Amino acid sequence: MAILKTEELTYVYSQGTPFEKTAVDHVSLEIEKGEFVGVIGHTGSGKSTLIQHFNGLLKPTSGKIYLDGEDIWADKTKIRQVRFKVGLVFQYPEYQIFEDTVYKDIAFGPKNMKLSENEIDGRVRRTAVSVGLTEDILNKSPFELSGGQKRRVAIAGVMAMEPEVLILDEPTAGLDPKGRDMILSQISHYHKTTGCTVLLVSHSMEDVAKFASKILVMNDSKVFCYDKTAEVFKRTEEISSMGLSVPQIARVFNILKNKGLSFDEEVYTVKYAKELIIRELKKRGKI
Amino acid sequence: MENFAESVNLDFKYDGEDVLVLKDINISFKQGEMTAVLGHNGCGKSTLAKHLNAILLPSGGTVYIDGIDTKDENRIYDIRQRVGMVFQNPDNQIVATIVEEDVAFALENLGVQSDEIRRRVDEALKAVGMYEYRMHAPHQLSGGQKQRVAIAGIIAMRPRCIVLDEPTAMLDPKGRAEVMKTVKELNSKYGITIILITHYMEEAAQCGRIIVMDRGKVLMDNSPKQVFSRVEELKAVGLDVPQVTELVYELNKYGLKLDTHIINENECCDALLKLLS
Repeated sequence: MAILKTEELTYVYSQGTPFEKTAVDHVSLEIEKGEFVGVIGHTGSGKSTLIQHFNGLLKPTSGKIYLDGEDIWADKTKIRQVRFKVGLVFQYPEYQIFEDTVYKDIAFGPKNMKLSENEIDGRVRRTAVSVGLTEDILNKSPFELSGGQKRRVAIAGVMAMEPEVLILDEPTAGLDPKGRDMILSQISHYHKTTGCTVLLVSHSMEDVAKFASKILVMNDSKVFCYDKTAEVFKRTEEISSMGLSVPQIARVFNILKNKGLSFDEEVYTVKYAKELIIRELKKRGKI
Repeated sequence: MENFAESVNLDFKYDGEDVLVLKDINISFKQGEMTAVLGHNGCGKSTLAKHLNAILLPSGGTVYIDGIDTKDENRIYDIRQRVGMVFQNPDNQIVATIVEEDVAFALENLGVQSDEIRRRVDEALKAVGMYEYRMHAPHQLSGGQKQRVAIAGIIAMRPRCIVLDEPTAMLDPKGRAEVMKTVKELNSKYGITIILITHYMEEAAQCGRIIVMDRGKVLMDNSPKQVFSRVEELKAVGLDVPQVTELVYELNKYGLKLDTHIINENECCDALLKLLS
């Protein structure tokens, strides 16, 4: 069953002014429960505007959003519950940390959910571990931490609410390669162990290729495609032409295809490229 | 080529701290060179960058810009006119309420003639693909667009050297490609010395030289081909290599004998074609 569903969702910024812009244009979409979705699109394609609708931060100009089959705007007083079910981690979330200890910052969301002290304590400790923060950090001030650690505190704060849908808007922006890999593998692990639905917004097709089972490509305020990762990578030329970058390894295999060396499957990760080449070499009796 | 910027036995620590953020750095940048600086967060690369236009001054040793000692307070404007800096977060760099006024800001301060300002502002905005937005307010722009405006502001000053501290970290691939194209053009057309701090290995591969920093020291200083062939050392300091280099590394680990200096798509394709045909 679809956990999130939109019907003809449309959002217009600054309606009635010279700067009026339709940021999301009649988007109809169904996201299955437990999916790991990569969301890509160039700046201004509407992807950030779209995801802000999923937890009711923005109200559609027209169209509908369903969470677990229920129209989230049917009863305005229930929108707070939607925000507990759909957790949104913004870009550069470390700028939103405000408590004086890491523990309190992670506990802020669960506290608002009016959970018991015991439950809150358990969740804070569990999520801290799942984003790789050690016990001794919990009592420190967030401002003593490095940028990468602060970012993980902010992500833990949203995970601690145990949302059914976890949405992350470019969680690796500005991190070095090691910090990037660490956060992505922690998110992937969280997805596998909790079975929640994850939407990962990223400019990096390389990151998305490694983890997402499906990819949503936004272009010009519309859905360009929403399909299984391998299917989306069959359209690398179209994706490149809309200003997105496909992984370098996928570009290599595209050039090979144009030079007459093609394989049955799409190649978009280094790991798979290695397996494929070794298999081919064996097939040809070269090793 | 002469040295445009040079550091001699450069040490740096923040006031009241004991830890050296930079330890005995001896490097030079030739006029017209395009260099990438890599290193994990906190390795000292931004601190080094800030020494190149006297935002920070050495705790020990000396930094020379175009032969001027950065500690010479009387020459600080000469230094800053020669070296422009672009930072990661464009929101901290934009001062005016209209895009073209922001680009003109530094020129007005330098007392450039108004018709010359008009020409340079238009040129700079076209170079970064933001000419159509010249009458917009910066807050209406996306992060990527704002960054291009900030870069235009520097380009308009026609500095001899531009230091860019992760300028593309907040941009989408298209914006990133445009900034890289612009930066490379400024280097090849006008001979502007470029020092590019980045976490994108594919951007570093496009530079003539790569400096790798780790814990306040220079770990490697060589051509991209030489640097990226040291895959294990790079991974050990939290860095990465281009995907094509990684594939070659992985295949060689399996027992193949491919050239470890492969850093771009065409080289990789040629090697794979040869291997499989």
